[in-house]
Amino acid sequence: MATSTTNALAGEERAGPPANSPGGKTGRKRSALLHRIDLKGAPYAFVAPFFVVFAAFSFYPLIYTAWISLHHVELATLDSMQWVGFDNYVDLFKDSRFWNALENTITIGVISTVPQLLMALGMAHLLNYRMRASLFFRVASLVPYATSVGAAALVFTMLFERDFGMINWVLGSVGIDPLDWEANKWPAQAAISSIVIWRWTGYNALLYLAAMQAIPAERYEAASIDGASRWKQFTHVTVPGIRSTIVFTIVLSTIGATQLFGEPLIFGQGPNGVTGGADNQYQTLGLLLYEEGWKNYQMGRAATVAWAMFLLLIVVFVAQRLISRLRSRKP
Amino acid sequence: MSSPGSFGSRRLASALAAVGALALVAGCGSSDGSATGGGKKDGKTVITMGMFGVMGFKESGLLEKYEKENPGVEIKAEIAGDEQTYYTALQTHLAAGNGLKDIQGIEIGRAKEITETQADKFADFSKTPGTDHFLPWKQSQITTKDGKVLGLGTDAGPMAVCYRKDYFAKAGLPTDREQVSKLWAGDWKKYVEVGRTFKKDFKGGKVSYMDSVSGLFNAMVYGYPQQYYNENGDLIYDKNPVVKQAWNLAADAADAGLSAKLRQFQPGWDPGLANGTFATAVCPAWMLSHISEKAGDKNKGKWDVARAPKGANWGGSFLGVTEKSPVKAEAQKLVAWLTAPEQQAYIFKKLGNFPSSKQALERADVKNVTSPYFSNAPIGQIFGAAAQEIPDKQVLGRKDGTIKDTFTQGLALVEQGQSRDKAWKTTAGRIDKAVG
Repeated sequence: MATSTTNALAGEERAGPPANSPGGKTGRKRSALLHRIDLKGAPYAFVAPFFVVFAAFSFYPLIYTAWISLHHVELATLDSMQWVGFDNYVDLFKDSRFWNALENTITIGVISTVPQLLMALGMAHLLNYRMRASLFFRVASLVPYATSVGAAALVFTMLFERDFGMINWVLGSVGIDPLDWEANKWPAQAAISSIVIWRWTGYNALLYLAAMQAIPAERYEAASIDGASRWKQFTHVTVPGIRSTIVFTIVLSTIGATQLFGEPLIFGQGPNGVTGGADNQYQTLGLLLYEEGWKNYQMGRAATVAWAMFLLLIVVFVAQRLISRLRSRKP
Repeated sequence: MSSPGSFGSRRLASALAAVGALALVAGCGSSDGSATGGGKKDGKTVITMGMFGVMGFKESGLLEKYEKENPGVEIKAEIAGDEQTYYTALQTHLAAGNGLKDIQGIEIGRAKEITETQADKFADFSKTPGTDHFLPWKQSQITTKDGKVLGLGTDAGPMAVCYRKDYFAKAGLPTDREQVSKLWAGDWKKYVEVGRTFKKDFKGGKVSYMDSVSGLFNAMVYGYPQQYYNENGDLIYDKNPVVKQAWNLAADAADAGLSAKLRQFQPGWDPGLANGTFATAVCPAWMLSHISEKAGDKNKGKWDVARAPKGANWGGSFLGVTEKSPVKAEAQKLVAWLTAPEQQAYIFKKLGNFPSSKQALERADVKNVTSPYFSNAPIGQIFGAAAQEIPDKQVLGRKDGTIKDTFTQGLALVEQGQSRDKAWKTTAGRIDKAVG
């Protein structure tokens, strides 16, 4: 934190005038000096707040987390750290809970992201038609996004409750046996995904809608003159027209899915939330981190999970770059 | 930058930005460590308290009473429902030296960890006058090796079994508490046997025999001096026959389908109480207030209390004062008052939390307490007799609380149909992770 401030100051000093600067009167000289300082230094001063905040709240924690992950540390005795090298990482990669959490993160990610984006696309398409009260529908689709995770997850948890939940009541009224949503793996993951889908579909739909409205109307006219049906127009004009937005939402949803934490935590309620179900059936990587840190109070191992998640994202990113580079090389 | 005016204002702006950046950083480092603690303000003393579950001080109106008797004192109490969540926050606050209340509740399962690792963060009660009235085993649990007393005892957890009279009648079982007590006198196995009869004979809908098998497990384990640790602090849960016995009986009950598979103290438990989805609950004294609160007025008089097959102490807590508290002396005075025999007796009468003060137990008005909610059950006598059976020595261990929670979760696996061996293996693996 202090370093970047000094950098900013150093920048001002470096920006000082050369010794043989022209000008006779000291007043003019000083004014020119101030002018140069201002010209060269001010940008650094302007960006300093961001970098100071970044250093204090992102960079320092990142490095300190890495340092902690090489130690055995308990929350109760943070000041006594015991060096263990890379043992935490070796243990983590041998730990079946880690692979289970990784698998859950991926499966929940897929069953929440794919339907969510498809539904958003369909919704955006509908909202793009000229209709009455379109503003109302657009605002309404954004309401779930404005709801806090806690409130949404809590309401869904009540809906999915085993004995007195509304969903089991509806199932019961059409003759289907009530389901213990929380205790079974796939029902639990589906329930958690439904919270994510509910919250983010409208948001993505609005992003798509904005992109759709930027497509020139002439293209649709041309397409309809050529005899393209509504569906053909959608697949051949709309989708290619918003391609970059689709890629953007996929990237955003993937990052969100990797970090999934609040929804399963609240869905499980109490101890089961922390471990992602009694059998870890919906424990995500975020929850594993939380369990290590705030149930087992093992800060070293929690930090290791955090870094493993970070490294994983980097691996995915590098792989994606490599693939796209390979693809672009092809003629 | 064409005019000198804009030149100056830009310089000012950049200077402000730099100063602002510095201030941001400075602001992070200069907290004084008592952001949520109380203090003295305008001649008023503010004392903050952090508690969990139904410890009873606020619920019974004792805090207001103290405020009335001591003008100028204001008490702010914050209560978390779930102890595990509460303790996690407490650990974080202790580690950060920030966010601590003046008075903090400490559960028995955490007492060992606190005395071993956080002794310097709590104030010493050993010299506070008028605090020599507790049961002998109670205060030793919160005393460090070198004699520092980190808190004063609130309640103890002698066991009983709470049951629904109306459901017992529908299953053809006796409803009178003396006869019910005899059904399972002396052995928890008999309690499970009664459950099998209940399941077979109950007519009147979908009602399970017990809320969760974890209550049964805890009641059995806590009936012995040694549970998860031995006196040297070694982890012995996997060699202790007591733990294995309790596990097997609880698993028997789960396999027989006697459990409503609810999770105690979690939200699903409360609608179960309100709607009466189970007929019995193994209940330490402090659970009575939870049952009466959540089962509500419409179930008043349907519940009753019978003696447990065997004595045990499940739970009970302490109140400690943090060392850095700006109102340490006042907070200690408040804690001493709240845990004094008279107040402990008052809470017992009002809510059912059983006194840990020996003097309170000797009072006639404690011995004769009956609970109107639980069909006027003589809880003073029932729990008083049960308290006699509590082992005089209880070996506590550092991770007792976490291990108990882990076993609760392991038994939930058995309730959901997993084999007990597999669930035991999972549980043992989790305990290994938790103890580090």
